[in-house]
Amino acid sequence: MGTRKSKASPPVQGRAGMKKELPEQFRDYRHVWVFMELERGQVHPVSFELLGEGRRLADQLGVQLAGVILGPPGGSTSHAVAEAFAYGADLAYLVEEPLLTDYRNEPFTRALTDLVNTYKPEILLLGATTLGRDLAGSVATTLLTGLTADCTGLDVDADGSLAATRPTFGGSLLCTIYTLNSRPQMATIRPRVMRMPQRSNKPVGRVILHDWRMFEEEIVTKVLGFLSDGQSENANLAYADVVVAGGLGLGAAENLLAVTNLARTIGGDYGCSRPLVQKGWMPFDRQIGQTGKTIRPKLYIAAGISGAVQHRVGVEGADLIVAINTDPNAPIFDFAHVGVIADAVSFLPTLAEAFVRRLAPLNRLKLVN
Amino acid sequence: MHIVVCIKQVPDSAQIRVHPVTNTIMRQGVPTIINPYDLFALEQALEVRDHHGGDITVLTMGPPMAEEALRKALTYGADRAVLLTDRHFAGSDTLATSFALSQAIAKIGNSFGTPDIVFTGKQTIDGDTAQVGPGIAKRLNLVQLTYVARINSIDLTTRAIRVERRSEGGTHVLKSELPCLITMLEGSNAIRRGSLDDALRAARSEIVKWNAAEAGIEDITKCGLRGSPTVVKRVFAPTPREQKAVQIETLEKGAHDVADELVASIFTNQPALEHELSSTGST
Repeated sequence: MGTRKSKASPPVQGRAGMKKELPEQFRDYRHVWVFMELERGQVHPVSFELLGEGRRLADQLGVQLAGVILGPPGGSTSHAVAEAFAYGADLAYLVEEPLLTDYRNEPFTRALTDLVNTYKPEILLLGATTLGRDLAGSVATTLLTGLTADCTGLDVDADGSLAATRPTFGGSLLCTIYTLNSRPQMATIRPRVMRMPQRSNKPVGRVILHDWRMFEEEIVTKVLGFLSDGQSENANLAYADVVVAGGLGLGAAENLLAVTNLARTIGGDYGCSRPLVQKGWMPFDRQIGQTGKTIRPKLYIAAGISGAVQHRVGVEGADLIVAINTDPNAPIFDFAHVGVIADAVSFLPTLAEAFVRRLAPLNRLKLVN
Repeated sequence: MHIVVCIKQVPDSAQIRVHPVTNTIMRQGVPTIINPYDLFALEQALEVRDHHGGDITVLTMGPPMAEEALRKALTYGADRAVLLTDRHFAGSDTLATSFALSQAIAKIGNSFGTPDIVFTGKQTIDGDTAQVGPGIAKRLNLVQLTYVARINSIDLTTRAIRVERRSEGGTHVLKSELPCLITMLEGSNAIRRGSLDDALRAARSEIVKWNAAEAGIEDITKCGLRGSPTVVKRVFAPTPREQKAVQIETLEKGAHDVADELVASIFTNQPALEHELSSTGST
């Protein structure tokens, strides 16, 4: 779980409406579903991360975990079914239909809504990707149920309700959200927020093939083409093992060079906190935090980043967090493992040299500057 | 051509402070801005109007002070502004918000012409949900085009629209039809400088103000707290880790030694990393 539960801090702000009860028609909604995101034949890794999380929730509730696969008949769809079982699903719901080849909002919304209305899950999780967010918003509105976006923590309450925690107020605080009077309880979770579960070679279990049809003529939107980003160098920040990032403490856009140089020296990737993107110092796809990328590297070096909640929730999964900041009271020192009180701009080049010194005997490291 | 742009007035995020004792948001004195993501939607709407003519209605739901955000939108060149404001909307989650906004858009359609395109930003910087745009589309039964990076063409005769939509690992080129709802991706344009004429007009303009009833909302139970399936049970600051960061001592030491010590500490914590970095570092 990405979020630590804070027993110490009392609830400081609640909303009325806590008396909401679950209407009779929703009481037989059971089981946890994970939507398996399949685009261009590939299962997005976030689906596996969600299966791991869904497994934990299902076990707490004593219910089953199901993977939901919507796609065209063929190899990639059956592969996704097998993967759902390998990552912990007890059963799979499958809709096979040629017009589900490329993601489009209309048929996917219709098919997923139909599955939910037919088989009635109590929890439905989707990845907070462009696809997952597009689909989740439409499905939740169609079903008139609650949807909590970009959760950083999921839990089951004593009464069996889903407690979905996410940052709020622009990422300065966390809040826990419930869906009290409708089902399913829906949530999206960003890639890398949840740990990748262990894959096992479980045999394929029960597959429920759901008969659903739609005609191409009913669908307004047509896919004309797909322009791949290819192996663009910024594609893998979320999955990098070493990440160096800069924040407002760097003072000026040109000082980001110290960040990128250190990253390149030690073979890592680089990013920044949200304010730098808002200032236009780095493109959005380099942003690390709640609204940017969530990272889980082995080593994360935060330079001149104060550590607002919005940033914290995007990096807490890192094995080791090193913070460099001039302000000894910066919140980043509350969740970093190792800290240095120093000016990042002057310290980063020195740090790069130190890495090269330390690793020189056995390596090919060269200082980048 | 009639375009509706939904905007939201949000606190300037850089200025939000949390009260150190009560953990509540200190709203007093925090300046408000138009949600930055919405400006990409507004600029795109202005560009569509530049090419195809027509008019732009900006719509917001919020407290009476949200009028400022609408006036600002008028200075950029929007033609008309509608403020949806009613105490019944307080506490709305995304489902209740999309209900109220969709009702208001239907009313705007009746009053000023059916919209051909409804624009929203990708998400807001305070809620960050990206759910209201899709919610409006679903309720108004509009084609939904989210994360649009570029509008390639609009043909008003055939009502066809082609867009580039951002997706995982690439961009989809889509062909669709008007009317539609588009959520614009950030960075797709830059908001223009409004003209002096627009500034003067914005100052003089009458903002259309509707309460729930005036917006044609009959079922008030679909609004605000009552119309919201989600409930925020608690808001809290994350607790600090029990152990704070281990500080590398810097007093009376050169940066060189501090850096060596930090690197040593990193590899003590993560022994396997030393070997990995040796083999993957830049060459």
